[in-house]
Amino acid sequence: MSMFKIFDVSGSAASAQTQRLNAVASNIANADTVAGPDGKAYKARQVIFQTLMMGEAGAAGVQVAGVVESDKEGRRVLAPNHPSADAQGYVTYSNVDPIGEMVDMISASRSYQNNVEVMNTTKGLLLKTLQMGQS
Amino acid sequence: MQRLTDALDFQSRALVLRSERQRLIASNIANADTPGYQAREMDFANALRQATGRGGIGNANGNGDGTGAALATTHAAHEPATVSLRDEPGLLYARHSQDAVDRNTVDLDRERATFVDNTVKYEATLRFINGSMRSMLDAMKSVNQG
Repeated sequence: MSMFKIFDVSGSAASAQTQRLNAVASNIANADTVAGPDGKAYKARQVIFQTLMMGEAGAAGVQVAGVVESDKEGRRVLAPNHPSADAQGYVTYSNVDPIGEMVDMISASRSYQNNVEVMNTTKGLLLKTLQMGQS
Repeated sequence: MQRLTDALDFQSRALVLRSERQRLIASNIANADTPGYQAREMDFANALRQATGRGGIGNANGNGDGTGAALATTHAAHEPATVSLRDEPGLLYARHSQDAVDRNTVDLDRERATFVDNTVKYEATLRFINGSMRSMLDAMKSVNQG
């Protein structure tokens, strides 16, 4: 029965969305992190999705191809009294864009819900198929 | 006997196609955020016609047998083209309504609507099967069996 593959497809997508949500959570949590003694602040992480063929025709799941760090310049704020200030008196914050991360979070959560809905519907259909000829 | 099982045979083929379409839509929904993913769609009427041996009328790939465009091998060293999802027989590319920056062509609203539509039709096919099975069983009963 080819419908069982849907659980693999939607499950892989839900798992990929979870990883994306995880990256978003890390980014939002580190939105105000300043550079440590090594001068390197937190870099925003982004999960890269890739289509994963699942053997059967038309079954295309999702896999996480990798996690990339944004190389955007971190936010620099003039705060000479800050303990982490450099020689010029600037503090380097992480390069996280909080608004973009919030949008990403909503998108990931909606996609996750969609995939769960697909799995629930498919489960209902399969259970009804099991009862074929009994009613 | 042939005529008795004909309807059942047709419905069971339709059920298999419905489940394949369900898988296709699930893949589209799963890849709604994948960059570069091209949404796929199935020409259901044509696929059913082919599955029940009533002669397909040709798909978008151009050739009527629905096997998709095959590459000609004109030299002994030529490798036959491996079948990927991109040239899956009977599968078409969904027309996208809006261009996305990441070249993803999944229209989530349409996919969700199609998913619900396919779910209802799958259930309908199931009921048709149950109905024709029941009437077949009723026909086999003798008069005094209730």
